[in-house]
Amino acid sequence: MEFLSQLLDLNWISMLSQTLNTAVPIVLAALGGILAERSGVINIALEGIMLMAAYAAFAIGVVTGSTLLGLAGGVMAGALLAAFHALISIKYRTDQTISGTVLNIFAVGITAYLYRQFNMTESVETFQQWNVPILSDIPVIGEIFFQQQPLVYFTLLLVVIVQLALFRTTWGLRTRAIGEHPRAADTAGIKVNRMRYINVILSGALAGLGGAWLIAEAVGSFTPGMTTGRGFMGLAAMIFGNWTPVGSFLAALLFTVPGAIQVKLQLINAPIPYQFLGMLPYILTIIVLVGAVRRNKPPAAIGKPY
Amino acid sequence: MTNTTKPPSPILKVWDAIWTPLLSVFVALLIAGIILIITGANPLTVYVSLLEGAFLKPGAFAETLTIATPYILLGLGVSLGFTAGLFNIGAEGQFYMGAVVSTYIGYAVTGLPAIIHLPLAIIGGALAGAVWAGIAGYFKATRGAHEVITTIMLNYIAFALTDYLINGPLRGKGSAPRTPDVLDSAILPKIFSGSDNLHWGFILALIILVGYWFLTKRMPLGLQIRTVGANPDAARYAGINVNRTTVVAMLISGALCGIAGATEVLGRYQYMPAAFTAGYGFDAIAISLLGQGSPIGVLIASVLFGAMNAGSGFMQLQAGVTPAIISVLQAFIIIFVAAPAIIRSLFKKN
Repeated sequence: MEFLSQLLDLNWISMLSQTLNTAVPIVLAALGGILAERSGVINIALEGIMLMAAYAAFAIGVVTGSTLLGLAGGVMAGALLAAFHALISIKYRTDQTISGTVLNIFAVGITAYLYRQFNMTESVETFQQWNVPILSDIPVIGEIFFQQQPLVYFTLLLVVIVQLALFRTTWGLRTRAIGEHPRAADTAGIKVNRMRYINVILSGALAGLGGAWLIAEAVGSFTPGMTTGRGFMGLAAMIFGNWTPVGSFLAALLFTVPGAIQVKLQLINAPIPYQFLGMLPYILTIIVLVGAVRRNKPPAAIGKPY
Repeated sequence: MTNTTKPPSPILKVWDAIWTPLLSVFVALLIAGIILIITGANPLTVYVSLLEGAFLKPGAFAETLTIATPYILLGLGVSLGFTAGLFNIGAEGQFYMGAVVSTYIGYAVTGLPAIIHLPLAIIGGALAGAVWAGIAGYFKATRGAHEVITTIMLNYIAFALTDYLINGPLRGKGSAPRTPDVLDSAILPKIFSGSDNLHWGFILALIILVGYWFLTKRMPLGLQIRTVGANPDAARYAGINVNRTTVVAMLISGALCGIAGATEVLGRYQYMPAAFTAGYGFDAIAISLLGQGSPIGVLIASVLFGAMNAGSGFMQLQAGVTPAIISVLQAFIIIFVAAPAIIRSLFKKN
C-alpha cells in the first residue's frame, strides 16, 4: 500500500515533460526516415548515422569548447554518412538494407576506434533549459511543453516544417512522386536521382541532429554504442505514424514513456528489476510494428534503384 | 541513366565470387592503413603484429580457430536467412539466448552421463535461439513486420533478459557476476592437450557446415527456401507455402546462432560471463556477406575474422593500437563486398 501511495505522489507532470524531452532523437530519426523513404530510399543506416554524429558532436565540442559547433559538426557528419549511403544505393545500386546495415557496422567500429585511440575524458557543456516567456507559466501545459531545452522546441518546429513541406510544397509533391512512381515523375521532368540524393542527405542531417542531441542536451560525453537502438525506434515510429511527421512524432512519444516511468520507479525503489523496465521500449516497438504494418503502406517504389 | 542489366557471364560470376572478396580485403587494408597513419600509427607494424598474433606465435592458430567457431555457425545462420530473403540481424540476441539456456542445462541438470547431457545442453541452446528468431519470423510471415527492426529489438530484450538472469537467479557464488561452472558432463572437451582453448565445438561447427550445404543444395526444404528467397511470388505460384517457409527458415537460422552460443559457453568459457565481447551479430552479417552465401566462403571468412580478433591482442601490445581498428577494417571489407560495383569501378573499366 505504501508503494501505491508513493506511486501516486510522484510528479507525473515532470514524467510527461521527460517523455517529450527524450523523444527528441527518435522523432528526428523518424523525420529523417520519412524524407528518405518518401523519396524511395530505405535508410536503415539512421542508427549508425546518429552514433557517428554523436561522436562528431562530442569530439568537435570538446576540441573547440563550443557545444554549438559540436552540434553543427554532428549534423554535418550525419549528412556525410548519409551521402555515402546515397552514393552506394543510388549510383552503385546496392541493396539498400544491406548498405544501411553495413554503414551501421562501420559507424560502430570507427567511433569505438576513435574514442579509444584519442581517449578524450572531457565532456561538453550541455544546453540549459530555456523557459518560453509567458507560455511556460501556463499550469501543466507550460511545464510539459515550454520548460524544455532548446532542441526540444527546434524538434517540434521541424515536425511542423517537414509536415508542411511534404504535403504543401512542390518539393514535397516531387519527393512523394519519385517515391511512388519514379518513371512517371521522370517523364514529368523531375530529376529522380538528384532529388533522392538531396532527400537522403537531408535525412542524414536530421538523424545527425538527433545523435548530436545525445551530446549537446542529454549527457555531454560519448560512450561507444550510446544510441542503443534509437535510430531503429525512429524507423518503427515512422511506420506506425504512416510515414507522416505528425503521426511519427506521436508514435515516438509512445517509446519514451516507459523510460520516463522507469526513472520515477527507480526513485521509489519499485520491486521490479530494472532490466524489465529497460526492455519495455523494445517490446513496445515490436508490438507497434506488429499492429501497424498491415494497416500502413510504405511508398510504392521503396528500395528500388532508378 | 543506364538500365541495361544483362545476365552476368559465367566468367564474371566466378570473378565476383573470388575476386570481389579478395580485392575488398585488399582495399580495406589500404584504407585502414591510411586511417592508421592519420591517427598516428604505423600500419606495417600493425599488420605484421596482427599476422604474428593470429598465426605464427605458438598456439596462435588454435586460438584463431577457437574464435572462428561461433563465427562459422553465426555466419551460416545469417546466410540461411539471406537465402530465404530474410535479413536476420538479430544473430547476437539468438546467440545470447542459446548461451544462457545451454549454460543453465549445463550446470543445473545433474546425474546425466556426458553422452546425454552434452547433446541436451546443445539442443537446448539451439531451441532457445530458434524460438528467439522464430518470433521475428512469425511476425514477418503473419503481420509483415520487418525482421530487421524486430530482430534488433529482440537483441536488446535478450541483452536485458540475460543480464537479469546472470545477475539474479542464475548467478553463481563468486564475487563476479557470472553463472556457476558448467558440469564436466556438459563440457565440449578440448581437442589438444596444450594450453590453447580449441574445443570440439569447432568440429561440430564443421559438421554443421556440411549439413548446411546438404540442406540448402540437396534437400527439398532447401530448394523451397531458395525459391522463396529468389522470388516469393513465383514460389507461391509453384505451390510453396511462403509464410511457413519464412518461419522455418528463421527457426533454422536462429537455431544455428543458438548453437553458436552453446559452443561458446560449453567449450570456450565453461560458464556464462555477465557480458560477452559484444558485436557477434554484426560480425555474423559481415562474415555472411564476405562468404557470398557459400558454406566454404563462410568458413574462410570466419577464419579470417577469427584471425583478426585473435591477433588483435598481440597487435595492441606491439603497435599500441586499440583492437577497435579491427572493426573498422572489417567494416570497410564488407562495404566493398556489399557494393561490388565500387570495387569493380576501381579495378576495371566497364
